[in-house]
Amino acid sequence: MANQIPVVDYLSLDGAPHLEAQECENCGALYFGRRNACAKCFKPGPFKVRRLADTGTIRGFSIIQRAVPGLTAPYVSALVDLDGGGSVKGNIINTEPSPENIKLGMPVRLATYSLGTDDDGTEAVAFGFQPA
Amino acid sequence: MSDDVFIIGLAQHKFGRFPEKDSLDMASEIAMAALADAGMTMADIDVMGCGSLLEAGSGQRILHQIGATGIPVYNVTNACATGANAVRVAYMEIKAGISQVGLAVGFEKMGKSGLLGLAAKVAGADKKVWAPAGRTGSVMPTEGVLGSGMMPAVFAEIAMEYANNNDGVGFEQFAKVAEKSHAHSVLNPYSQYRKAFSLEEVMNAEVIAWPNTLPMCGPTGDGAAAVVIVSGEKLKTLPDDVRKRAVKISASVMTSDPWTAGGQAGPDVNTCTRMAADKAYEMAGVDPQDLDLVELHDCFATAELVHYDNLRLCEPGMAGKFIDERGPWRDGKIPVNVSGGLVSKGHPLGCTGVANLVEVGMHLRGEAGDRQIPDAKVGLTHVIGLGSTCAIHILEKVS
Ligand SMILES: [Zn+2]
Repeated sequence: MANQIPVVDYLSLDGAPHLEAQECENCGALYFGRRNACAKCFKPGPFKVRRLADTGTIRGFSIIQRAVPGLTAPYVSALVDLDGGGSVKGNIINTEPSPENIKLGMPVRLATYSLGTDDDGTEAVAFGFQPA
Repeated sequence: MSDDVFIIGLAQHKFGRFPEKDSLDMASEIAMAALADAGMTMADIDVMGCGSLLEAGSGQRILHQIGATGIPVYNVTNACATGANAVRVAYMEIKAGISQVGLAVGFEKMGKSGLLGLAAKVAGADKKVWAPAGRTGSVMPTEGVLGSGMMPAVFAEIAMEYANNNDGVGFEQFAKVAEKSHAHSVLNPYSQYRKAFSLEEVMNAEVIAWPNTLPMCGPTGDGAAAVVIVSGEKLKTLPDDVRKRAVKISASVMTSDPWTAGGQAGPDVNTCTRMAADKAYEMAGVDPQDLDLVELHDCFATAELVHYDNLRLCEPGMAGKFIDERGPWRDGKIPVNVSGGLVSKGHPLGCTGVANLVEVGMHLRGEAGDRQIPDAKVGLTHVIGLGSTCAIHILEKVS
């Protein structure tokens, strides 16, 4: 099987794909990406990696009909609150992108898909959420 | 610390597309108009704040046209809050007692660059080897892959979050906001678009980023606006006709977005607005229900609705009811965006935060012509700069 690389480093492909946050050990604030300190409690850290839930609910969304050049519309961009903590932005996938179909508060589950391979044969993997 | 600060001169250029003028033509014309309105020249000005996002660092270029006297110039950028920041730096110098008279100019020359935030380019599409880069180790631009960061989508999500948390809010309420603002714009000669739309027309228009349809999105364009502000001490020395038309800046407040859990997924424009509003009402000794008009940051009609609640113009959670009952219409409980708002008046980025002070100032002086809110005594201006910043000013009629 070809090598895989996640589209962002907070998507872990180690075992079942899942999201990982940086958690402030002092106050529990969750972040994506490299940290210099905690914006919530102002301590320098330390931070530990926390595995986030695969399930959550849609807090807000938009159905993009007019996308920037090079992207295919329509697609759904959403704010997802994960069960047990963590809030993340991602596309709602594997379902029809219509206002009749996408609902606020809708339960969703993490899903991954391929973004294609590079010249070395490495496959980039993205995450999205699909109806749970 | 100095006493109160007053606006004694104001001017705005009509928003729109003016290919025959360059940005210096527009900014100079309006700065000169604000000075004339104050009965002053550049010789009287102690400090300048200048806001432009696309041409940052332009304050001196304006002074080279209208009067280069050696005064300090603060060139500021802060996304869509840029203009309000230009006012605030001049305000702070006066408050600090360093300066007595300040000029703040905001301008932007955008031309026809399309819809707000849709001009971004997708870079790196030709990348041949996935290599993690940046603080989240992304191997490619993530626009459209991990949601959208484009403005029509971001402000749609913010509004849908409000709908998720509060009853009686949906597509129809967002569309009603646009219907209201476009109706207001018909009366405003400074507005880029002056065309009324029925609710049906707004709802049936092309969807850009649902629930934002085309008439719910602010157009880009050119604009310039300027204010001349003075200390209370200075005001006392000025002629009667200047003092009579002075408008008091009862509050000038700026906040940035504090940490919130939800703010990690998308910008939180609510918390910084609520913080700024609380502080501004306290500073001015004004209750939201005392406001005669509000110019708030409706880069999209969806964005306007959430700020009814953030600015406490309505009961908590009742922004849907507020628009349903026509509260923000010009003859409603608290008129909002009687200028037509950014969705019709236009949104020349660095200009917007100065122009909304000019707009409210004109009403408080009773000089707003056909769109005048009768007997207006107190008004509020609000801008959001994504990133995020909130700036609020409360203005009051003096005489
Ligand atoms: Zn912390």
